[in-house]
Amino acid sequence: MSAMLEIEFRLNGVVQRTAVAADMSALEMLRDVLGLTGTKYGCGEGECGACTITVDGRTVNSCLMFAVDCNGREVQTIEGLSATPLGERLNHSLVAHGAVQCGFCTPGFMMQAQQVLAEHPHASREEIQRGLEGNLCRCTGYRKIIDAVEAVAHPTASAE
Amino acid sequence: MATTTLERTNTDSLIGRRIPKLDAPDKASGRTRYLHDINIPGQLHAKILRSSQVHARIVSIDVEAARRVPGVHAVITAADVPWQRPIGVTKDHLPLKSDIVRSRRDEIAAVAADTVEAADEALRLIRVTYEPLPVVATSAEALAPGAPLLHGEDLRAPGRGGALEVVHPASKDNVAMVHEYRQGDVAQGERDSAVVVEDVFWLHYVTHCCMGVSGVIAEFDPSGNLLLYSNTQVPFLHKREFAELLGIDPGRIRIIQPPIGGGFGSKLDIYPFEPIAIFLAKLTRRPVKLVFSREEEFIASPTRQPVLLKLRSGCDSAGRLTFRSVETLHDNGAYTSWGATTPFVMMQTISSLYRVPHCHYRTRAVYTNNPYAGSFRGYGNLQATFAVEAHMDKLADALGMDPLEFRLQNAQDPGETTPQGMHFRSCGFKDCLRTAAERSDYRAKRRANLAHWNDGNPIKRGIGIASMLHVGGGAKMYPSDGCGTIIKLDDFAKVTLITGASEIGQGSETVLAQLTCEELGLPIDAVTVVNNDTAITPWDVGVHASRTTFIGGNSAIGAARKAKRKILEAAAPTAGLAADELDLHGGSIVVKATGERVQDLGKFLRSLHFAEKADLVMTTYYYEPPSVHLDRQYRGDVSAAYSWATQVAEVEVDTETGVVRLLKITAAHDVGRVLNRLGIEGQIEGGIVMGQGYALTEDLLVEGGVIKNPNFRDYKLITAPEVPDVDVSFIETFDGEGPQGAKGVGEAPAICIAAAVANAIYNATGTRIYALPFTPEKVYRALRGKSTAPTWPESAA
Ligand code: FES
Ligand code: FES
Repeated sequence: MSAMLEIEFRLNGVVQRTAVAADMSALEMLRDVLGLTGTKYGCGEGECGACTITVDGRTVNSCLMFAVDCNGREVQTIEGLSATPLGERLNHSLVAHGAVQCGFCTPGFMMQAQQVLAEHPHASREEIQRGLEGNLCRCTGYRKIIDAVEAVAHPTASAE
Repeated sequence: MATTTLERTNTDSLIGRRIPKLDAPDKASGRTRYLHDINIPGQLHAKILRSSQVHARIVSIDVEAARRVPGVHAVITAADVPWQRPIGVTKDHLPLKSDIVRSRRDEIAAVAADTVEAADEALRLIRVTYEPLPVVATSAEALAPGAPLLHGEDLRAPGRGGALEVVHPASKDNVAMVHEYRQGDVAQGERDSAVVVEDVFWLHYVTHCCMGVSGVIAEFDPSGNLLLYSNTQVPFLHKREFAELLGIDPGRIRIIQPPIGGGFGSKLDIYPFEPIAIFLAKLTRRPVKLVFSREEEFIASPTRQPVLLKLRSGCDSAGRLTFRSVETLHDNGAYTSWGATTPFVMMQTISSLYRVPHCHYRTRAVYTNNPYAGSFRGYGNLQATFAVEAHMDKLADALGMDPLEFRLQNAQDPGETTPQGMHFRSCGFKDCLRTAAERSDYRAKRRANLAHWNDGNPIKRGIGIASMLHVGGGAKMYPSDGCGTIIKLDDFAKVTLITGASEIGQGSETVLAQLTCEELGLPIDAVTVVNNDTAITPWDVGVHASRTTFIGGNSAIGAARKAKRKILEAAAPTAGLAADELDLHGGSIVVKATGERVQDLGKFLRSLHFAEKADLVMTTYYYEPPSVHLDRQYRGDVSAAYSWATQVAEVEVDTETGVVRLLKITAAHDVGRVLNRLGIEGQIEGGIVMGQGYALTEDLLVEGGVIKNPNFRDYKLITAPEVPDVDVSFIETFDGEGPQGAKGVGEAPAICIAAAVANAIYNATGTRIYALPFTPEKVYRALRGKSTAPTWPESAA
């Protein structure tokens, strides 16, 4: 058992203080210590994007980040994003476009879509595709996810 | 598509509409609790120790140090569960291996501890000594004279009376299963042929890669009843199997299926991790949760069936198929799971996709020390279709015929019964062929591409066509292929639809809700679907064989019609009309002829409930499709309906690098009828991209029994930038037995992509590649004449 370290950070807008093991990942802390299970484990190696969160406004793979490195930072998970207007818009768009099947990848796509739209508020289809490249989905074939994000980026253009 | 949506929304029917998946809002907001997210108070975490050897005799296992790790509740090996019984399709292995390990996934010991960390530490302290045995790395090696026998010793397990009995007898060779089918006389077919072609194809290893890894939670109550949280696709079959394993009554087992992170056929069999979690729960008297790591998922979950396939086909000078002869070696891996039974589907494609008078089909599923093959979306059909459609092009070429014309000439029509006994009540095959060809401009593009073979431009375009036939109305493999439904209407005209049909992300719950509301004249949000608890839901054979919409749908309709009849009969007297003059519509009881409103349905249900002869509306229905079992000669109309599709692939081949890009898929699917347009598009688009991965990027590298790439870095799934343009047309043939005319579609879209891509690469370059996947290296070599086409091993002669 490695030593426990006390950290403090802002999680979805609320200050959190918690003790974590030095070798614990941010993903394990969120899921197992803080009980926020919307962030998923898909590979643990930074290859699937299911564990995507934002730290200081940038998406990271929480499976590759040490929990202790959250100290002093601003962390947002799918639970936090879902409570924002953009989160709601993305949720509605993914649902309406049929972009959710098993849904296991979806929270990660939501987080990454937020990042894409932050970088390119009117992202083109190609920018969306490139922006979502690090997120794997085995069910949908991606097209409906891309459509859904595109509809949020170009609200008037979409007829859906 | 947009216009169609508008048209549809103007009518009141729910059928054909774009209905968002009912559970999607929760999933997208992270609220859905998958198995991984469930924690039971008092639960222990389990981990499995797997073999470090590919094939070896276990000399000793030392678990003493592991048992001393703080927080460890149990460390078990086969010796601790002498009562364990064999699992698998032929019951050829024990969950915990006692004397021999036959693959790198083999389970030797397991730990249950307070934390995952403690369990991991305990695993590291277990010492196993092995005596290596010679490795059988391919099915050719397995058949060679003097090959080491994988199951050369009797497998013994406790019998009913307590004594050890032989549960899987020693075999004298490595052949696990043989499937052979004949129709007509192939020799006669050869004599009738003007052209004959023969090739050997290699269909490689791929694996499901469900985004949610495998897992299970097992818990016993003080009376010894077992509660399992499981992602199984066949809960009712597995209840029985787990009961047998534990020697208890199946009625004492309850399976709850939390939402699942993808299935695709991977959860049709019982795998050792499930019994192992149950053993640990039994021994520790604590809930035990076992969840795989991604690496474990790659190593210890099933693969698609790898197949070496020799196909010989002929046609006469008029372009009519004369015969087809197929021999396959299925690399079974170390144990037998559903992969060995994929011939049931493969032989349908061989015998019945096109009309062929004479057929011979033989498969030997052969034991090796490789990972073992299970069922995977398409169930052998990707493999069979790959070979068949390559030969359709080659035969057409040899005759100088247009490949589309050649296919149309041999394609099945509605009403036909094939020599194998499949009866095509609805069949839109020729419409699929014509539609996909026209919408992709197949003929013109194919000819144009041929003209560029020698034009010096290193970038080539190609177009290829392929079609498929698959069961679309269930598959009668078990004594019943049915599904039960319970419908309950509450006092406010809200419906609870309790169905045996499992949801694995494919959208069955939404389609079943739609079909129910359609019958009851209610909006889609009037329904709650309950579908994941064997203590509540009625029996269903399971989610497989693209059957859920068809079988579960007919069952839901049956229950809804009974509810409707009951309501209308009860309402008739007050309405002063006969029951059949009434209807349900828009949440009300209405006059059928005029649509005039008689009474609000909720109000009527309350009046029924709070009357002197109080009553509720609750109905049940069990649907059994009118299909039959295959006979011993593999003949029979095994499905109540059959689905068809044609897919045209357009590719770009960079002849300098070997990179193949899939540009566009034009697909036409005979789905009977579109029920949920949004859902069916999703199934088809997802299947197409899964087929794209099978064709181009996915390759589970198994060398000497060792998986070399058990991670997403080296096992390449398709990503968002790589997806092709997709144009999907639905051919609606309104199947007479299907729910609202629909047929199953779940597996169909993945089936012919690789075959179409192969034909497209040929059209682009003049080079045909007989082994999958079409990676840059393989294509580069093939274009330079360097590829060694697969050959048929002498040992299999
Ligand atoms: S779990 Fe972090 S990237 Fe896959
Ligand atoms: S919806 Fe299942 S993995 Fe994306």
